[in-house]
Amino acid sequence: MAKKKWKKHSILPGFGLSLGFTTLYVSLLVLLPLAMIFVNTASMSWADFWATVTEPRVVASYKLSFGAAFAAACINVVFGVLIAWVLVRYSFPGKRVIDGLVDLPFALPTAVAGIALTTLYAETGWVGQFLSFKVAFTPIGITIALTFIGLPFVVRMVQPVLQNFDQETKEASAILGASRLQTFVKVIVPEILPAALTGFALAFARALGEYGSVVFIAGNMPMKTEITPLLIMTKLEQYDYEGATAIAAVMLVISFVLLLFINGLQWWTNRKFAHS
Amino acid sequence: MAGHIPLSYVGKSSGKKSAEEPLAIRVLLISVALSFLFLFLLLPLLAIFIKAFEQGMGLYIASITDPDALSAIKLTLLVVVLTVPLNALFGIAAAWAITKFDFKGKSILITIIDLPFAISPVIAGLVFVLLFSSHGLFGDFLFEHDIKILFAVPGIVLATLFVTFPFVARELIPLMQSQGSAEEEASLTLGANGWKTFWLVTLPNIKWGLLYGVILCNARAVGEFGAVSVVSGHIRGLTNTMPLHIEILYNEYQFSAAFAVASLMSILAIVTLILKNIVEWKAGEHG
Amino acid sequence: MSIQIKDVSKAFGSFQALQDINLDIETGELVALLGPSGSGKTSLLRIIAGLEASDNGVILFGDEEMTHIRTTERKVGFVFQHYALFKHMTVADNVAYGLKVRSKKERPSKKEIKEKVKELLSLVKLDAFADRYPSQLSGGQRQRVALARALAVEPKVLLLDEPFGALDAKVRKELRRWLRRLHDDFHITSIFVTHDQEEALDVADRIVVMNEGKIEQIGSPEEVYEHPNSPFVYDFLGNVNVFHGRLEDGTWRNGADSLHQQALAYVRPHDVAIERQKSAEDAVQAEIVHIHVVGRTVHVELKQGDTDRFLEAELTKDRYRELDLKPGETVFVRPNQLKVFIPEDYSI
Repeated sequence: MAKKKWKKHSILPGFGLSLGFTTLYVSLLVLLPLAMIFVNTASMSWADFWATVTEPRVVASYKLSFGAAFAAACINVVFGVLIAWVLVRYSFPGKRVIDGLVDLPFALPTAVAGIALTTLYAETGWVGQFLSFKVAFTPIGITIALTFIGLPFVVRMVQPVLQNFDQETKEASAILGASRLQTFVKVIVPEILPAALTGFALAFARALGEYGSVVFIAGNMPMKTEITPLLIMTKLEQYDYEGATAIAAVMLVISFVLLLFINGLQWWTNRKFAHS
Repeated sequence: MAGHIPLSYVGKSSGKKSAEEPLAIRVLLISVALSFLFLFLLLPLLAIFIKAFEQGMGLYIASITDPDALSAIKLTLLVVVLTVPLNALFGIAAAWAITKFDFKGKSILITIIDLPFAISPVIAGLVFVLLFSSHGLFGDFLFEHDIKILFAVPGIVLATLFVTFPFVARELIPLMQSQGSAEEEASLTLGANGWKTFWLVTLPNIKWGLLYGVILCNARAVGEFGAVSVVSGHIRGLTNTMPLHIEILYNEYQFSAAFAVASLMSILAIVTLILKNIVEWKAGEHG
Repeated sequence: MSIQIKDVSKAFGSFQALQDINLDIETGELVALLGPSGSGKTSLLRIIAGLEASDNGVILFGDEEMTHIRTTERKVGFVFQHYALFKHMTVADNVAYGLKVRSKKERPSKKEIKEKVKELLSLVKLDAFADRYPSQLSGGQRQRVALARALAVEPKVLLLDEPFGALDAKVRKELRRWLRRLHDDFHITSIFVTHDQEEALDVADRIVVMNEGKIEQIGSPEEVYEHPNSPFVYDFLGNVNVFHGRLEDGTWRNGADSLHQQALAYVRPHDVAIERQKSAEDAVQAEIVHIHVVGRTVHVELKQGDTDRFLEAELTKDRYRELDLKPGETVFVRPNQLKVFIPEDYSI
């Protein structure tokens, strides 16, 4: 039997077939296409590239995308932890249905969510008419759409941690004389922090790239309510492939960094899991 | 980066329930959480159905039986039928290679599989434009051989494949990791060959996880908007999927028609959620 | 079917799991591979089964070389530590599996399979559980299903990896006696891995003591217990007292000094004699720390006067009464039977 150094021996069959297929599939479908972004960007001069990605309209879109994604992820952490807490620790009628409904943003097509939210928050909409400020077609509307699509991440990350959370640890803390608030801050917060942070990062990463649910509610005014993915789309529609690719390259690098960060966080979470 | 929580985490409630917080706090927390969920999840869902039927049943039926709507439905189904099985097959192969063997570069492979979750759908579409447009890498070749990928069905399928391909693999990898290889080894010592071992031992053990991944993959494939929007070209009756069709109707101020088609997709989303919960429950039951 | 293992070595990265293992197992023997965790015993068993490949060396079943034969064709029965039962199959389906997956030519008829399963389930006393799933069985029952499943394919060699490791003490004892009787009836060449010396002594025809990837000693249970050939084996098989002494003209004397070769004497607790009077020169003064009476034997814990080392003696109840020992008293202890090792060769 020929021994390959990079692979430990295993008696299970199918290594060549499964890894071969996997590698081919990943290469053709993901690596080759993604490489195109960098290949095409590399054909631009540095000055051109820099001018394209720092154009005021583009910079405004970064600010909006980052700001709205960050705000939405923050809202999701607060309410996500609260919802997970309520779902794990309390019982109330309809709990199972509500628990199932939390995943709706994963299941509902983004375009459908987009038109529904726009209709609700338009000035004459069910919710919009009661608000003294404009929501749809402003950054607030964008934040609402991004909150919607990121909601399940934090809830679903924190829920299992709370479920596994040792009741005894908490009771011990209470017996030691800690007040409810102290127990929460000193015992529970550190326990759910890695999961909540992972959920935050996942929601943030998703929000940063989100397109479908935002385009309807954003209004898409350059410099004001134009998110970066939409700007890429606009440039594509104007056949400005270079411009679109340059901006995509910037976003892609940010995505890579976020992905590494999230992998690190998940490793941390799993380690916490393993301890309990 | 998972777009969802692996099945292996779900359904392991400790069964401990103690609510030592005072009733007032409990009621307050529950009301705040429920209000938030009502505002952000339930209300949009209700709005879709109410808006869909606002102009009466007649218009609703007309909207969803419109030839363009029907062709969008057909195209969406075609995309699903092509992408979901391929990605399921990929997921099984990737999970088998990753969980049953030790090799160098494994963690890089896992990270690459996660990539599509982290990338904006618009970029997912853009990369195929860069490959297949007339200025793209294969542009001349495709033109010479008169093959249309971009602004045609193959482009839509490719973009959807890209966006949905981690779902099954992400589901199966942690599941198969936790199950180990002892049962497969037992099967081999009993004289079963590799394929028999896979069919008779591995597949039955991962069936719920596989189904779970397929359900999620399917939901995303049906609803993908950004990536498909870039590569489709929006040719009515030809390259419009359901979400794209909704966009066009909405932008043309045919709100009721847009919501009628949206309601169909919402029903599918609800069915997805129900199936997902059934699978979680089944998987929990069978350990 | 006899098994020969020649010069088998195996490394996992920089960790040498097995080093030049040579072992002959005769047809019909029941052999225990005994050693602490990390001693390589499980790796050796898995290499014999073909579940792991050795880096070099040869495995023979009878005259047939097996080194490059795949697990699937080795016709071994393997019982896994955690049973590895097929969760989604009933007990009967688990047992029938090895017969059902055979190619059409070799596969017995459905009726034959059914009968074989019935026969095996009655052998392992699980007739009533045929339609249950593994999750509905106790640990001991699962282990018996695993054994029946392995026996169904009529293996020439039966390999068991820590077969009783996950069971509680009482079930473990029952099952190992039962395994011994089963072996006496069927005479399948069997190898089982264990870290429990009592289990090895109780069940096996021969014991292979392993440590750090090497075989320390091979012998009958009596041989390895009574005549261990290394401090490791002495220590691993049962309790042992170590006396620090010296070699004087080839004989061992208690108490080390700088003039002579240092030597350690290994003495089993039941070979430590306790006396009221110093009867021999090498008797050592010791203080009784603790006395436990366990059934018919009495364990006496002592502190050696000269070195502050603790040692343990085991007496019969009669001898204990005769001496009328009390904690805190000072007595003399003397090894009746000892084995001497020179410390340079090893560390303890």
